[in-house]
Amino acid sequence: MPPMNNGRGMKGPGGRFAKGPRVENPGKVLKRLVGFLMKNYGIQMVIVGICIIIGVFANVRGTLFLKTLIDGYIKPLLGTTNPDFAPLARAIMEVAIVYLVGVVSTLAYSKIMIYVAQGTLRNMRNEMFAHMEKLPIKYFDTHSHGDVMSTYTNDIDTLRQMISQSMPQLLSSAITIVSVFVSMLTLSIPLTVITVAMVGIMLYCTKTLSGKSGSYFMAQQRDIANVNGYIEEMMEGQKVVKVFCHEEESIAKFKELNDQLFDGAYNANKFANILMPVNAQIGNISYVLCAVVGGILALGGSSTLTVGALASFLTFNKSFSQPINQVSMQLNSIIMALAGAERIFKLLDEKVEVDDGYVTLVNAKEEDGKLTETAERTEHWAWKHIHQADDSVEYVPLTGDVRFNGVDFGYSDEKIVLHDIQLFAKPGQKIAFVGSTGAGKTTITNLINRFYDIQDGKIRYDGININKICKDDLRRSLGIVLQDTHLFTNTVMENIRYGRLDATDEEVIAAAKRANADKFIRRLPDGYQTVLTGDGGNLSQGQRQLLAIARAAVADPPVLILDEATSSIDTRTEKIVQQGMDNLMKGRTTFVIAHRLSTVKNSDCIVVLEQGRILEKGTHDELLALKGRYYQLYTGNSISA
Amino acid sequence: MIKTLSKYVKEFKTDSIITPLFMLLEVFMETIVPLMMASVIDNGVNKGDINHIYKMGIFMVIAAGVGLFAGIMGGKYGARASAGFARNLRSGMYENIQKFSFANIDRFSTAGLVTRMTTDVTNLQNAYQMILRMCFRAPASLICALGAAFFINAKIASIYLLAVVFLGGCIVIIVKKAMHYFREVFEKYDDLNASVQENIAGIRVVKAFVREDYETDKFHKASSNIYKMFVKAENTVVWNMPLMQFTVYACILGISWLGANMIVVGSLETGALMSLLTYCMNILMSLMMLSMVFVMLTMSTASAERITEVLNEKPSLTNPENPDFQIPDGSIQFENVSFRYNATSEEPTLSHVDLSIKAGETIGILGGTGSAKTSLVNLISRLYDVTEGTVKVGGKDVRNYDLETLRNEVAVVLQKNVLFSGTILDNLRWGDKDATLEDCKRVCRLACADEFIDRKPDGYETHIEQGGSNVSGGQKQRLCIARALLKKPKILILDDSTSAVDTATDAKIRQAFAEEIPETTKLIIAQRVSSIQNADHIIVMDNGTVNGFGTHEELLENNEIYKDVYESQNSGSGDFDENGGIE
Repeated sequence: MPPMNNGRGMKGPGGRFAKGPRVENPGKVLKRLVGFLMKNYGIQMVIVGICIIIGVFANVRGTLFLKTLIDGYIKPLLGTTNPDFAPLARAIMEVAIVYLVGVVSTLAYSKIMIYVAQGTLRNMRNEMFAHMEKLPIKYFDTHSHGDVMSTYTNDIDTLRQMISQSMPQLLSSAITIVSVFVSMLTLSIPLTVITVAMVGIMLYCTKTLSGKSGSYFMAQQRDIANVNGYIEEMMEGQKVVKVFCHEEESIAKFKELNDQLFDGAYNANKFANILMPVNAQIGNISYVLCAVVGGILALGGSSTLTVGALASFLTFNKSFSQPINQVSMQLNSIIMALAGAERIFKLLDEKVEVDDGYVTLVNAKEEDGKLTETAERTEHWAWKHIHQADDSVEYVPLTGDVRFNGVDFGYSDEKIVLHDIQLFAKPGQKIAFVGSTGAGKTTITNLINRFYDIQDGKIRYDGININKICKDDLRRSLGIVLQDTHLFTNTVMENIRYGRLDATDEEVIAAAKRANADKFIRRLPDGYQTVLTGDGGNLSQGQRQLLAIARAAVADPPVLILDEATSSIDTRTEKIVQQGMDNLMKGRTTFVIAHRLSTVKNSDCIVVLEQGRILEKGTHDELLALKGRYYQLYTGNSISA
Repeated sequence: MIKTLSKYVKEFKTDSIITPLFMLLEVFMETIVPLMMASVIDNGVNKGDINHIYKMGIFMVIAAGVGLFAGIMGGKYGARASAGFARNLRSGMYENIQKFSFANIDRFSTAGLVTRMTTDVTNLQNAYQMILRMCFRAPASLICALGAAFFINAKIASIYLLAVVFLGGCIVIIVKKAMHYFREVFEKYDDLNASVQENIAGIRVVKAFVREDYETDKFHKASSNIYKMFVKAENTVVWNMPLMQFTVYACILGISWLGANMIVVGSLETGALMSLLTYCMNILMSLMMLSMVFVMLTMSTASAERITEVLNEKPSLTNPENPDFQIPDGSIQFENVSFRYNATSEEPTLSHVDLSIKAGETIGILGGTGSAKTSLVNLISRLYDVTEGTVKVGGKDVRNYDLETLRNEVAVVLQKNVLFSGTILDNLRWGDKDATLEDCKRVCRLACADEFIDRKPDGYETHIEQGGSNVSGGQKQRLCIARALLKKPKILILDDSTSAVDTATDAKIRQAFAEEIPETTKLIIAQRVSSIQNADHIIVMDNGTVNGFGTHEELLENNEIYKDVYESQNSGSGDFDENGGIE
C-alpha cells in the first residue's frame, strides 16, 4: 500500500454529504471528548474561551462605533465653521485600543489552540496505538484492517479539523450571533425582524439544496466505488490483460463506467456549487431590504433610527448571516468528527489481552548442581515459579516439554473447532502436523503461545499450566515462523534483528547464513542495508520466508514453531535451510506444520488432523504401516484432501 | 506538466472558458450593490427623496438577481468542466496503461497506479474547479472593489492600496514558509500511518516476538516528532487571522478619521463612507481567498506530478514497424541471451543462455527460488525484451512479430494469476471471445476443470468474485490453464501453474496435453520433479544460467542439482493436500 492520501487536505467531492454519519450517542461522545481535552489542557481551554469572547466583543464594539462616529461626531461638526476634531481623535484612539486587545486575543487563542489541538491528537494517537498493541489477536480477526486503519487516518483527521477549527469557530459564532442580535435589537427592531426572516429563508434554501445534492452525492459515491473497484481489479490483473491482448475490451468497459461517474460527479457538484451564490444573494437581498426600509424609516423620522444607526445596522446585517452560514456548514463536519471520535473511543474501550501469569522466564546457570538465576545469556533458561502460598521461589529448567490434555477450543463458544486434543512433545522432539486446509493445524500452534485461550482442558509447558506463565515470557520462549511473512519498513538487517533486539550485526548475519538467506541478501542493491518497503513487496515469497526464518534463528528460542515456513521455498533450498534449522534446534522442541512430505518425514511424531480431531499419531513408518489416512495422503491417492 | 494536463480538457474547453466569465459577472454585480447603497443614503435619505430610495432598491434587487443567475451558471459549468476534466484524465491514464509493457507496470506497482487514478484525480478535479471558479473570482473581486473605492474617493482608497500591499506581502511570506513545513509534515504523517498499517497487518509477528512495548515506544517517538513538526508548521500560519484583523481594523479606523474630516469639509458624503467600509471587507477577504487558493493549488501539484508521470510514460516495448503476422511453428531458440530487469543492477538476471527447443516438444524447467525460471520464459512472448542476444520463435526474432500475434500464439499461464469478476464463461473467453460453449467445455476437460465446474449448481454460468476469491487455489489454476488453452497457441507456457493442484490431477492434465495438443510446444515450470520427469527435455536453472539440459535419465546421471532435488522428493507424491499450495 502506498501512503494513505485520503482524508487530509482536500476531501473528495463527496466528502461533505456523502455518507450520512451517524453517532449513536452524540452527547456522551462530546462529553468524553471535552473531558479528554480538559484533562490535559483544561487551563488552556478556559483561556481560549475568554480570548474568543474578548475578540468577538472587540469586533461588535467596533461596529457600533460607526453609529457614534456618524451621529455623535460627524453630524454635530457638520456646518460648524471651526470644527474641533480633538474629541473624535480621542474616540478613535479608544476604539483602536479595543481593537488591539481584540487582535492580541485572537492571536493568543489561535496559538494556544495549536498546542491544544496537536497535543490532544498526539495523546489520542499514542493512547490508541499503545492500546491497540495490547488487544488480543481475536480483535484483529474480527475487525478488518482497513477499518482499524481508518480510525488512525480519517477519524483522527476529522477530529483535528473539529478541535482546531470547528470548536473555536462554533464558540465564536455563537457569541457573535447572540451579541450581534442584541446589538441589532438596540438599533432597530423592525430591521432585526427583516434580517432574521431572511436568515430563515437562507437556512431553508440550504436545507433543500443540500438535500437535493445529497441524493446526487450518493449516486456519485456509488459511481466512484464502481470505477475504483474496476480500476483496482484491472490493475491487479494488468499483466493478464497484456498476456491475453485484452486491452481494447478493458478500455471499452472502463469508458462506460467512467462516463457514468462523470454524470454523477457533474450533478452532485452542480448542486453543491449553487448553494454558495444562492446564500450570498439572499444575504445581499436582505442587505438591500434593510437599506431601503431603513432609509424610509430614517426619512420618516417616526422612529429613532438615525443614519449612523442604519450604517451600523447594515454592517451587522452582514455579520449576522455569516456566522449562521458558517455554523450550518460546520454542523456536518462536527457530526462526522463525533462519529469519528465515537469509533476512536470504541477502539480505546476494547478489552485488552489479560495476563494473569506470574511464572517468568529467566536465564539460568547451574551452580553446584543447583539452578540459579543470572543476567547474562547462558543458552539455558528456567521458569521462575513463585509459589503464592509461601512466597518460596522455585526454578524449573526449561526443557520444552509440551502436553495437551483434553483440549477443546473454538473461536466462539458455540462453534468448537478443536476437539479433545491429546498430545505430548518430549523435550527435543520434532512434532509435525499434517492435514487438509482447515483441519486445525495452525490453530493448535496458536494455543501454545496463547494467541487464543482454550475452552476446556489443559496445556502444560514443562509441567506448568500455561495460564500461569506470564504471556510475554511464554511467547519469548517460543520462536514462531508464521505462514504469512510480515516485514517492516526498515533495513534487512533490522528486520532480522527484530527477533532479538540486542543481537549484533555479526549474529544477524550468522542467522541469515543459517537460514540460507545470506546469498540473496548480498545480491540486493544495498545488501543488509537495503531498505524494505511495503511489507517487502519487492521480494519473492520464498525470499520473504527465508528472512522470517532468519529472524527466528536470531531469536534463538528454546522451542520453535514453523507454520508452513518453507512452503514457498524450493525443495533444494529447503533442504539446506532445514539442515541449518536442525542444527539450531538440536535438543530443542520443534512444532512443524507443512504440506510437503520432505518437511515432515523425519519427525519424531506426525499428527494427522482432520476437522479438529486427531486422526492418527506416530512416526512416519508407524503411520505408513497403519495404512490409514496418512498412508492415503502419502501415496497420493487422496480422495478429498 | 501543465501542458500535458491541459490537453485533457478537450471537449470541455467551452465550459472552462464560460465559467470564469460568469464568475466575473457575479463579482461585478457584487461590487455595484454598495455603490447604489451609498446613493440610497446620500441622494435618498439625506436629501429626503423617497422615490430615489425605491428606485435604487429595485436596481439593487435586479443586481442581486443577475448575480444569482451568474453564480448558478458559474457553479454549473464549473462542475461540468471539472468533472469532465477528471473523466478525461482517468481515461487518458487508463488507455496509456493499457499500452504499458511489463517493465512499465513493474515500475509503478499496482497500488501506485490505483492511487493515481483515484485519489490523485479527485484532488486535481477539485483543484481545477477551484482554478475556474476562484482563481478568477478572487483577483477580480479585489480589483473591482479597489476600482470602486478609487471611484468614490481616491485619497481614501489609497489606504486600501497600502493595506493590500502590506497584507499581501505578509501572506506571501507566511505561505512560503508554511508550505515548506507542511509538505514535510505530511510526508512524515504518511510514514506514521504506514507504520500503523504495518503493525496491524503484522500484529501476530509483533505479539509472537513480544515487541508490543518496542513498537509502542517507536510509535510514541514518531508521533511526538509529528507533533513538533505540526506545531512548527501551524505556528507560521497562525499569524494569518490576527494579521487580517489588524489590517481590517487599521483600515476602518483610518477611514473613519479621514472620512469624518472630509465629510465635515464637504468633500465626502456619509453613504459613500459606508460603502467604502464595505469594500474594505471585500478587498481583504478576496486577498485571503487568493492565498487559500494558492495553498491548495500547490498542495495538489504533487498529485498533478504523479498523474503526468503516468500520462507521459512511454511504453518500453512497442510493435515493430513492419510486423510479421505469421509464426511458422512453435520452435524456440535462445541465442546467447542475457537479461537484466534494471540497467543499473550489478548482476544480470539471466546470463548467456543458449537453448534450442523443437516444435511440439514438452520441456520441463526446474530450479531454485530466484534462479530466473520465470524471467527465462517471459522473454519468449516478449513480456520483456532481452538485454543481449536473441530469442527466436519459429526461427525468427520475437522482436519482428506483431505483439498481439506473438502473444496469441505463445500462451502464458502466469505464476501470479488473476481471474476477473464475471461468470466462468466470461473468464474463459478471455482466451477467445468467439469461443462456443463446446469449445470452452473442451478446454476445461483438458485442464481437468470440468469436474468441479459441473458440480457447481450454475455450471459454466457460476459467478467468479473479484480476484477469483470464491474458488480454491487449485481450481483457479485449472481455470487459468483452460483460459490459455482457448487461444489454441503454438507454444504453451505453464509457470508453476499446477502447484496447488493435487498430484493425480496434475498427471491427468499432463496426459491430456500429450494426447490432445501434441503439436503445441509445452514449457512447464514446476517445483515437483514428478510434474516434469516425463518431459522430452528438462532445463535445470541455477542463478540465471542453464545448469543442465537433458532428459530425466540423463540429468539424474550428470546433474548434481537435479539429483539433489529428485532425492529430496523421491517416491510418493510429496504433497499432502491440494489446498495448501503456493500462492
